[in-house]
Amino acid sequence: MTNKYSIFSLFKNALTYHENWQRAWRDPDPKKEYDVIIIGGGGHGLATAYYLAKKHDIKKIAVVEKGWIGGGNTGRNTTIIRSNYLWDASAGLYDHALKIWEGLSQELNYNVMFSQRGVMNLAHNLQDVRDLKRRTHANRLNGIDAVYLNTEQVKKFCPIINTSPNIRYPVLGGTLQKRAGTARHDAVAWGYARGADKMGVDIIQNCEVKGIKRNGDEVEGVETTKGFIKTKKIGVVAAGHSSVIAQMAGLKLPLESKPLQALVSEPVKPIIDTVVMSNAVHAYVSQSDKGELVIGAGTDDYISYSQKGSHDIVEGTLNAILELYPIFSRMRMLRQWGGIVDICPDASPIISKTSVKGLYFNCGWGTGGFKATPGSGDLFAHTIANDEPHKLNAAFNLNRFVSGDLVDEHGAAAVAH
Amino acid sequence: MFLINCPFCGEREQSEFKAGGEAHIVRPKQPTELSDDEWAEYLFMRKNIKGVQYERWNHIHGCRKWFNIVRDTSNDEIKAVYKMGEKPPI
Repeated sequence: MTNKYSIFSLFKNALTYHENWQRAWRDPDPKKEYDVIIIGGGGHGLATAYYLAKKHDIKKIAVVEKGWIGGGNTGRNTTIIRSNYLWDASAGLYDHALKIWEGLSQELNYNVMFSQRGVMNLAHNLQDVRDLKRRTHANRLNGIDAVYLNTEQVKKFCPIINTSPNIRYPVLGGTLQKRAGTARHDAVAWGYARGADKMGVDIIQNCEVKGIKRNGDEVEGVETTKGFIKTKKIGVVAAGHSSVIAQMAGLKLPLESKPLQALVSEPVKPIIDTVVMSNAVHAYVSQSDKGELVIGAGTDDYISYSQKGSHDIVEGTLNAILELYPIFSRMRMLRQWGGIVDICPDASPIISKTSVKGLYFNCGWGTGGFKATPGSGDLFAHTIANDEPHKLNAAFNLNRFVSGDLVDEHGAAAVAH
Repeated sequence: MFLINCPFCGEREQSEFKAGGEAHIVRPKQPTELSDDEWAEYLFMRKNIKGVQYERWNHIHGCRKWFNIVRDTSNDEIKAVYKMGEKPPI
C-alpha cells in the first residue's frame, strides 16, 4: 500500500531521515492472462491504464514497457502544454487534455508541476499574421482562451525578445494562450504509474514485445521477452515504434518515424517566465524550474530510429534563437538529445480501433504528444473499454486516411514537418 | 548526421540532400479504377521500417537528381546507393 503524499507524510518521514518512504509502484512478474495489455509505458500508456482501471472498472491490466517507464519520448520532450489548435476536432481533443491537466496534481496526489505560464506563438510574415489571427478566432469560437498580440504587446509580455524591424524575420505579432504552459514530464509518467499501480495495474518494465499473436481477425496475446501473455485486448501506445508493432500484427500505418531533437542550456537565474514558440524560424524556448533554457529543435526529414538527429538542425534552431534573443548569445548548451516521433500525414494523432478485433492504436502524435497525455489516456481507455471511440476522438480514427476526412493541423503543430 | 555517396557527385553531407521517403511505391497504372482503400494504401500507408529500408533521396543542394539508397534506419548506416530505374543491389 502506497503512502498518501502530504505535508504530514513529509514531516513524518523527515523524522526518520527519509529512509522509510515506500516504493511508488511494484515490480511484478507478468501474469498468464490480462483483460487488457497496454504496450508502451510512457505517459500516454500509463494514463490509459490509469483511466481503464479508474473509470471503466477493468481489473486485470498490464503495461508492458521494453525499457523503463517514461524513458522514451515522455522523458525527451520540451514539456509544452497548450490547446490552441485550429479545427474543432483538435480543439476538443487538446482542450479536454488541458482541462484534466488543471486538476491533475490533486487527482494523482503527485505534483506534476503544471505551470500555466502562457504560450506565445510568434508571427514573422504577413501570412503568419493572417494564419495566427484566423487560429485565434477559431480558438475563441471553440471556447479556448486566445488573444492576438501586436509587436509592442509581444515585447511587453516577453521583454527579452528582439522586436527590431531590422532582423531577418521581424516579429510582426503573436498569439497568447494564457492557460497554456508546462509540466514536469517525468512526474507525469511517475504520477500515473503510481496511481495505476495502486488500483492493481501491473507495470512490467524491461519487457519487450516480440510478437502479437492473432487468431484470424482477433488478438490472442503478446509474445514478450518475459514469455507469452494472453489477452483479448491490446492497446498499442508505442510512439515512434508504432509501425514496428503494427507490422507484428500484419498491419500498415500511415506513419513515418523521424528524429526530433531538443537541448538544454546551463542553468541561469529566471529570465523567461513564459513559453515562446516560432514556427517560421523554428525556435522555441522556455525555462525549467532548475533554470535551464529548454529549447526545441526540428525534425530531420528522413526516417530513423536512431534517437539522434543531425547537427545542422540544432544549428539552424540556435541561429534563430540568437537572433530573437541576443541576450542568450553567451549561454552554453549542456545536453542535446533526440527522440523518435511518429508523424501522420495530417499532423494529427490516431486514437482508433483497427481491422483486427481487440487491437487498438494510439499513435501519430508526432512532434506534440506530451500536451495531450491525460486526454489521450482518458479517450483511449474509453475506446478500448467500449470498443467504440468517445465523441472527442471519433474524428481521429484510422479510416480517415481512406475517407479523406483528414484533420490538417500542420499550421498548429509547432514543429514544421 | 551522415555522409551520402551521390551516384552523380560523390560523397557529400546529408544536409545537402532531401529525403523522399520509401522507394519503389509504384504509381497506380489506372488511377480512375482505384478504390478508396487502394488510394489510401498508395498515398498514406508506409512500411516505416526499423532496419534495412529502401528509400528515395534527392541531391537538392547539388545535382538535384533523384536516386535510391538502402539504409539501416536503426543506426543510419548506408548499405548501398543506386540510380533510379536500377535494380536494388541488395
